[in-house]
Amino acid sequence: MTNDHVTLTDETFDEAIGASSEAVLVDFWAEWCGPCKMVAPVLDEIVEEQGGKLKLGKINIDDNMELARRFDVMSIPTMILFKDGEPKVRIVGAKGKGQLLQELHPHL
Amino acid sequence: MAEGRNDGVRDVIIVGSGPAGLTAAIYTGRATLAPLVIEGEPSSTSDQPGGQLMLTTEVENFPGFVDGIMGPELMGGMRAQALRFGAELLTARATRVDLSERPFGVWATDPMTGGEVEHRARALIISTGARSLMLGVEGERELLGYGVSTCATCDGFFFRGHDIAVVGGGDSALEEAIFLTKFAKTVTVIHRRSELRASKIMQERALANPKIRFVWDSVVTAVRGASKVEGVDLRNLLTGEEPQLAVTGLFVAIGHAPTSDLFKGQLDLDDGGYIVTLGGTSATNVPGVFACGDVQDHVYRQAVTAAGSGCMAAIDAERWLEAQAHHHQSPGGMPEDAATFTR
Repeated sequence: MTNDHVTLTDETFDEAIGASSEAVLVDFWAEWCGPCKMVAPVLDEIVEEQGGKLKLGKINIDDNMELARRFDVMSIPTMILFKDGEPKVRIVGAKGKGQLLQELHPHL
Repeated sequence: MAEGRNDGVRDVIIVGSGPAGLTAAIYTGRATLAPLVIEGEPSSTSDQPGGQLMLTTEVENFPGFVDGIMGPELMGGMRAQALRFGAELLTARATRVDLSERPFGVWATDPMTGGEVEHRARALIISTGARSLMLGVEGERELLGYGVSTCATCDGFFFRGHDIAVVGGGDSALEEAIFLTKFAKTVTVIHRRSELRASKIMQERALANPKIRFVWDSVVTAVRGASKVEGVDLRNLLTGEEPQLAVTGLFVAIGHAPTSDLFKGQLDLDDGGYIVTLGGTSATNVPGVFACGDVQDHVYRQAVTAAGSGCMAAIDAERWLEAQAHHHQSPGGMPEDAATFTR
């Protein structure tokens, strides 16, 4: 398990996503969410396997309600893949690695 | 589809990783049987590693935890304890089994290839638990994650100040309703009967909660909303009236069904789909295959009874393996059929 991710906040989000030349998989999560904890190591694995092509951005919704509201997050984990600053895929709910890869793959 | 075969035959494979499966893993691990636990894949339903308790908050009735313990924390502890005694945990979903010959075959998803990997074991412990039932009405699936939720602990946060509804009348429905009052303005419990199935203590708490109101004798016939839940259509089963209820969130807690599809046609199941075990044991009708937890229990369905039956399955499997080894060494040893299975 790696901890190689960027912590995104209401303040840093736009700059971080806009400036990124790589795709960013953004994970909306919280400490009290069981499924978020189970999917976290899977996201780490996926990002690591993509080499430098994909970055992981974590948004703790407890502290960043603005972002959750802006992206209409009503369930966590919600994962959104951003490319060139634009949301490309949205995945709601924890899923197995195979299924996550299947949904992300066309955009990686 | 890629397919691999995992070398070597295990003594024990455990399918499922709730309290039953992990207790079986702790016991068979301590008995140096090096169990492989096929624990499931991440999900936002109860069908995930750790099972139903991953979606609960406070567990107040697991003995030993005076002030209660959070469900995911309890399961994290059981998982760590299983690992400590040498269990191997595979984060994959079992896709099919072959119980017609020994060693038994279990196939599990392989996230790397998208295919499946075959595993073999001399004894099999099944602890696949139960999955939550959905309503199966228009709009429910489409709006899952957009107001329709299977996980109150995950999603309650997003309904701060909202009017929301919970469907169901059992313990889990009331537990969710009470939890959700921490966030919501009102929580309407929609129940198809005029009295609740839930335990007395939960009923008293819910009925005394000023934020909770009840709609009796009614079912949800559709979930309304374009991109988010805006309301639900109801039908009163006594009067036939069809009122609408304006809510922005719908939490479904109408009960569970055993996760036994994998074993249909290979193990004896009862009319409700529960695996049939031989009175007072965990033995199924196939010698060497044992079942524990909610997949074989339609009566108690508690974390502590699941854990207890997991222990039974581990001991039953261990004794069965011993008897098998003895049988192979000396002809005329223990017979193999379940009818003579002894504890």
